[in-house]
Amino acid sequence: MTWLRNLFLPNAASIRASDVDDLFMFVMYLNLFFFFLILGMVVLFVIKYRRKSQTQKTAHIEHNTFLELSWSVIPLILCMVVFFWGFNSYMQATVAPDGAMEIQVTAKKWVWTFGYPDGSVGIGKLWVPVNKPVRMVMHSEDVLHAFYVPAFRVKADVLPNRYTEVWFQATEVGDYVIPCAEYCGKGHSEMRAYVKVVSQQEYEKFLEEGDPDEKGKPPEELGALLYTNFGCSACHSIDGTKGQGPSWKGIYGQQHKMTDGKIITVDENYIRTSILQPQAEVVEGFQPIMPSFQGQIRERQLVALIAYIKSLK
Amino acid sequence: MADVIASPAAQAAKAPRHADYLTDPDFKGLWSWLTTVDHKRIGVMYLWSTLLAFLAGGIMALIVRLELMHPGEDFMNAERYNQAFTLHGAIMVFLFIIPSIPAALGNFILPLMLGAKDVAFPRLNLASYYVYVVGAIMAVVSIVVGGVDTGWTFYTPYSTTTGGAVTMMTMSVFVLGFSSIFTGINFVATVHKLRAPGMGWFQMPLFVWAIYSTAIIQVLATPVLGITMVLLVMERAFNIGIFDAQIGGDPVLFQHFFWFYSHPAVYIMILPGMAIISEIIPTFCRRTIFGYRLIALSSVAIALIGFLVWGHHMFTSGQSALAAGIFSFLTFAVAIPSAIKVFNWASTMYGASISLATPMLYAISFLLLFTIGGLTGIFLGALSVDIHLHDTYFVVAHFHYVMMGGTVIAFLGGVHYWWPKMFGRMYNDTVGRIACGLVFIGFNCTFIPQFIMGSQGMPRRYYTYLDQFQPMHQFSTFGSWILGAGLMIAAVNLLSSLRNPKNAVDNPWAGTTLEWQTQSPPITHNFIGQPSVDHDPYDYRAFKIPADAVE
Repeated sequence: MTWLRNLFLPNAASIRASDVDDLFMFVMYLNLFFFFLILGMVVLFVIKYRRKSQTQKTAHIEHNTFLELSWSVIPLILCMVVFFWGFNSYMQATVAPDGAMEIQVTAKKWVWTFGYPDGSVGIGKLWVPVNKPVRMVMHSEDVLHAFYVPAFRVKADVLPNRYTEVWFQATEVGDYVIPCAEYCGKGHSEMRAYVKVVSQQEYEKFLEEGDPDEKGKPPEELGALLYTNFGCSACHSIDGTKGQGPSWKGIYGQQHKMTDGKIITVDENYIRTSILQPQAEVVEGFQPIMPSFQGQIRERQLVALIAYIKSLK
Repeated sequence: MADVIASPAAQAAKAPRHADYLTDPDFKGLWSWLTTVDHKRIGVMYLWSTLLAFLAGGIMALIVRLELMHPGEDFMNAERYNQAFTLHGAIMVFLFIIPSIPAALGNFILPLMLGAKDVAFPRLNLASYYVYVVGAIMAVVSIVVGGVDTGWTFYTPYSTTTGGAVTMMTMSVFVLGFSSIFTGINFVATVHKLRAPGMGWFQMPLFVWAIYSTAIIQVLATPVLGITMVLLVMERAFNIGIFDAQIGGDPVLFQHFFWFYSHPAVYIMILPGMAIISEIIPTFCRRTIFGYRLIALSSVAIALIGFLVWGHHMFTSGQSALAAGIFSFLTFAVAIPSAIKVFNWASTMYGASISLATPMLYAISFLLLFTIGGLTGIFLGALSVDIHLHDTYFVVAHFHYVMMGGTVIAFLGGVHYWWPKMFGRMYNDTVGRIACGLVFIGFNCTFIPQFIMGSQGMPRRYYTYLDQFQPMHQFSTFGSWILGAGLMIAAVNLLSSLRNPKNAVDNPWAGTTLEWQTQSPPITHNFIGQPSVDHDPYDYRAFKIPADAVE
């Protein structure tokens, strides 16, 4: 029944996933058995006892203690099996092993930021070494969010008033999506980051030299990459449609009225200020909802984003 | 053994017709309806109001599904989409499902089943209706003046910080809560005090048992929701700092308060559905229900244990592992009474004389769909699996199987079952069965894909999604059209029957409970004289099948 497993469950890429999947499939088989049992009873009785005449005799069976006990006790036993299995595997997934690598996760509308042990910071993309336990210590700067990696079968809400955590140990190199799983407003469905699982060497190289995907690219191309990685796309379109923020299409060089009435020409300085201190000057008709990227974005990345915006005619 | 008695003509001659509650010359005109304290008229007004809410919530559902045909923006941006799903949820829960069965069908049928003249507090009953109307108007106003985008759950701190008419909407929920409490109080008192002579607790129809259990939850749990909503409003208006972390509150506290009501509220929604099924099945099987006492007591058990499982909505919220373990354990405990009921209903069909008229088809649909809804709950009760499935479409599909596949299907079955009693008109049974079939097929097409994409990792409350989910979303949207068509046909079928002359007999289905012993539609005072009870409900051994019974 691998097809059933593949139909319902995504690719499993962490050491805890197979245990969760085994329980999922166990419950699936229980479900199928009991559903077809009930369906069978209903179909059989409808065929056998379909009314043939108004005077048809019916049985007067008020109850049957043995039957009723059996369909109380058997489901109870099965439920207890599922309970203990689920609880046990939950406990194992709750406590991170000693020596797990720690990553600080900050969630805010609608960006994920990851702080590595060496102090470097990344946005929208989480690099982790394969086969190493990694513990995420998470907090939110505004409303609730939830960190979810379907491929790892882990999820935890991210709260503004205390740290929550999840841990995982990836078993396969690859990119896995991190969708936000707790409703957080307009950009919720596009608050998306990726886990990039790489070998230990590649991970160390990333810490030393930064993201290799960002290397050796002309600023415009790098800007286009950062546009999706940083989650800019959640609010700013590049085709002119109005999102939570102004569209970037043709915005460079335009004059815009700000909420305080000032008219500002969108130039390099305005874009730079908008990324680092987004609340300073907000275009009229938009909410001051953009988070600051101060301290999280490198100079080279800033230049690239400005170049990218310039290129969107 | 069941005998056929006298010809219809002889029976009609025996029982002279009286003016019914719809045509009573003492109560004529709009004013007599607006000021009525007759439980039947209040039930009918509730029926039309909740059906209107169902229509509005259903249109919202179709709009939401249509937007999800393709990833990206089709015709609504994220903001509008968030408002649309919030409205769908809030309208369906607070304006439709919670009041539909107890306040509409329960109001009409419960006193009749008890052999009573009315509910215990008729004026309170009317007040409950007007409170409902005020709450509904407030909900509509909040949509008009700015919309609400919090989801029906109003999670903080999003709900305390977002714009729009959240304050108005939460006050509307507060007001609607009182309507629910009034109905609950009324039913508890009615069941305790107004049972017909000879009707002990275990001679009550199972409908009454389940509505009684519901009423207890309504009275005990709803005040908590009211208080929570007031705290939320205070937080928005005065920044008192209960829930918002920025000013020293705890957002998770809101979730505890909210689910302390809203989990029992799930049983406010499903127990009345079970109530209807426990009536339809014995009637259309023409035999006594299997395991009467176990079904009756399992309603009470569900009502009580249902108060202790709210934390299973919060397994990922950061609550302690111990709390998670206890809530998971109790969740499995509350599943058992539902399992017992399903087996008992199915067993009632053994040795029966089964008619597949429209209400019975709905009851069978309920059995299958509710079984799926209940069984898929086992995935969600299991802690480690829930961590993966929480807040995905799997949960959406699960609760729609319970709420819609369970409660709404039961409600439709109940409306078709009691329609001839309520209005004295019989609808077209063939059309009714076709509609039921379309609803069943459409429902499954809508929600089975949602199980699959949910466990594949599609989170809920998304207006756009990764391309890999598009086939499932499209299938689901097509399903919603079949479902919508089925519901429209059912509605047209029922409503067009109202143009017929009164053509329904008093007891078309050969039901044994008291509401079938009075005329259709019932007279204003329900019964001529005081009916009494000398046998268990659903006992067909000495029951005479009326000659004019259908099929």
